[in-house]
Amino acid sequence: MDLFRYAIPNGTVTLRWFPVWKRNFRVWVKLAGPALLGNFGEPLLYLLGLGYGLGSFVGNVQNMPYIVFLASGMVVSSAMMTASFEGMYSAYTRMDVQKTWDAMRATPLDVPDIVIGEVVWAATKSLFSGAAILIVAAFLGAVASWQGMLALPVVLLTGLCFASMALVITAFAKNYDFFLYYNTLIITPLLLVGGVFFPLEEMPPAIQWLSQGFPLIHAVELVRPLITGLPLNNPLLHLSVLTVYTLLTLLLAIKLIKRRLMV
Amino acid sequence: MTTPVIKADKLTKRYGNHAAVDGVDVQVRAGECWGLLGPNGAGKTTFLRMLIGNTPPSSGQLHVLGHAIPGEASMMRRRTGVVPQKDNLDPDFTVAENLRTYAGYFGLHGAKLDERIQDLLDFASLAGKRDAHIATLSGGMQRRLSLIRALINAPELLILDEPTTGLDPQARQLIWQRLRALRAQGMTLVLTTHYMEEAQRLCDRVTVMDHGHILDSGRPDDLIRKYIEPHVVEVFGTGLETWHREVAVELAARSEQVGETLFYYASDELPLLEAVNQQPNLSYLHRPANLEDVFVKLTGRELRDGQ
Repeated sequence: MDLFRYAIPNGTVTLRWFPVWKRNFRVWVKLAGPALLGNFGEPLLYLLGLGYGLGSFVGNVQNMPYIVFLASGMVVSSAMMTASFEGMYSAYTRMDVQKTWDAMRATPLDVPDIVIGEVVWAATKSLFSGAAILIVAAFLGAVASWQGMLALPVVLLTGLCFASMALVITAFAKNYDFFLYYNTLIITPLLLVGGVFFPLEEMPPAIQWLSQGFPLIHAVELVRPLITGLPLNNPLLHLSVLTVYTLLTLLLAIKLIKRRLMV
Repeated sequence: MTTPVIKADKLTKRYGNHAAVDGVDVQVRAGECWGLLGPNGAGKTTFLRMLIGNTPPSSGQLHVLGHAIPGEASMMRRRTGVVPQKDNLDPDFTVAENLRTYAGYFGLHGAKLDERIQDLLDFASLAGKRDAHIATLSGGMQRRLSLIRALINAPELLILDEPTTGLDPQARQLIWQRLRALRAQGMTLVLTTHYMEEAQRLCDRVTVMDHGHILDSGRPDDLIRKYIEPHVVEVFGTGLETWHREVAVELAARSEQVGETLFYYASDELPLLEAVNQQPNLSYLHRPANLEDVFVKLTGRELRDGQ
């Protein structure tokens, strides 16, 4: 048995999360058939059903056909849902049920490598689902121009943000039911007041203010103009909110998961 | 003089007021097989978790392969293999994919890795199972896969937490054989076990631990000589207590009752065997003293319920 030269030099932290990402990606590839069907099929059904069905009653929203408004919102909401689900249910499975993280922690990987790998992976899944909706939306004529591609980096950032938030919750989870608190108290309200299905301006001012304190509306305010070809409003503010949320919750998730596992 | 592979000084791990590991001093030399023995809750697994840097000690010093732990644990784990108490193989992957993915955590890939995976599959008699899914493997095969997964980085130190618990005798023998082969190649082995036969057969040196403290350490044969008379006669049957009181108690150096069996420990076993042979209602088993006798003498006979 020869000794191998190690591909990771001592002391480099930067890309050590990558094997964690790769492990999750390899599992995803194995199950890619149903995953892709879900990525493309679900939004297609929603856009057709709600976009045309509900859209025929609603007419124009913010000077655009309802299906266009809805498609641009769903690119963001699906990124949120995908990253949150992956960061809670799937990550918890790997942490507590399958003990995949325990196996990783017997190798040179440390908790930060694992958490960052999970966050980047969850964001990657967000990107898959956001891109799928963008493609569906383009076929339905809801994307104004190639500028719509610029929505994808924002989708990735949205995924990083909600995955980090989800892993903070996972750090406290004792079972799968625990995630219902976060789903019911944070994710569902955000979905309803984050400007995905209808404009935030229609809401009472208190709710508008509250919504501004969470990242979802800021992602919507970036993605919707990019997809519909409208001018961006305050892009630096929106990007800053998403970035700050991502960094703070990522650091918090690492700290909390360390506290949970290093006992 | 070579530096020890493991050096623990006054190593302590406290949970609240309870010390799971309490001021433990350990040295393990390169190339030896060292067994850590103890009942459930003795502190073995906590010790191993500190060893690989998965939990920080409350106090004391720990060096493994020359690295200060937990500070340099990642660098140490690069050169170490770990077989966990419970298999945590990846259920979504085949046998070979499990090895390839785990190798990725060490930054290993490429054609050389393919060669190494083939060698390890041969070593564990799993070559025919290369593309099998984990769920289709027997318990013994999963255990062997965990073993070779821990060898993927060609470690200098291999740590095994109860490597054969729950395996049938054939599967256990196969694991023992492979561990002896690794030791013969000069690998340092650290293992915890409940099976004294396993420790006696594999380990150059054992440490008996209980309630977070080390009770004694030494070569298995030395410990047996130190604590136990060379002959053990286990007697059971009707009329045992009367016979014990009136005859046997004089004939053995030491005796101990466990349930319905009396254990007699003697340097000269012949008078005792002669006496028991005259009792048609009593059955007996005469055997040499073993590590289990030492273990039970040091840690007591009461039942421990697991942590």
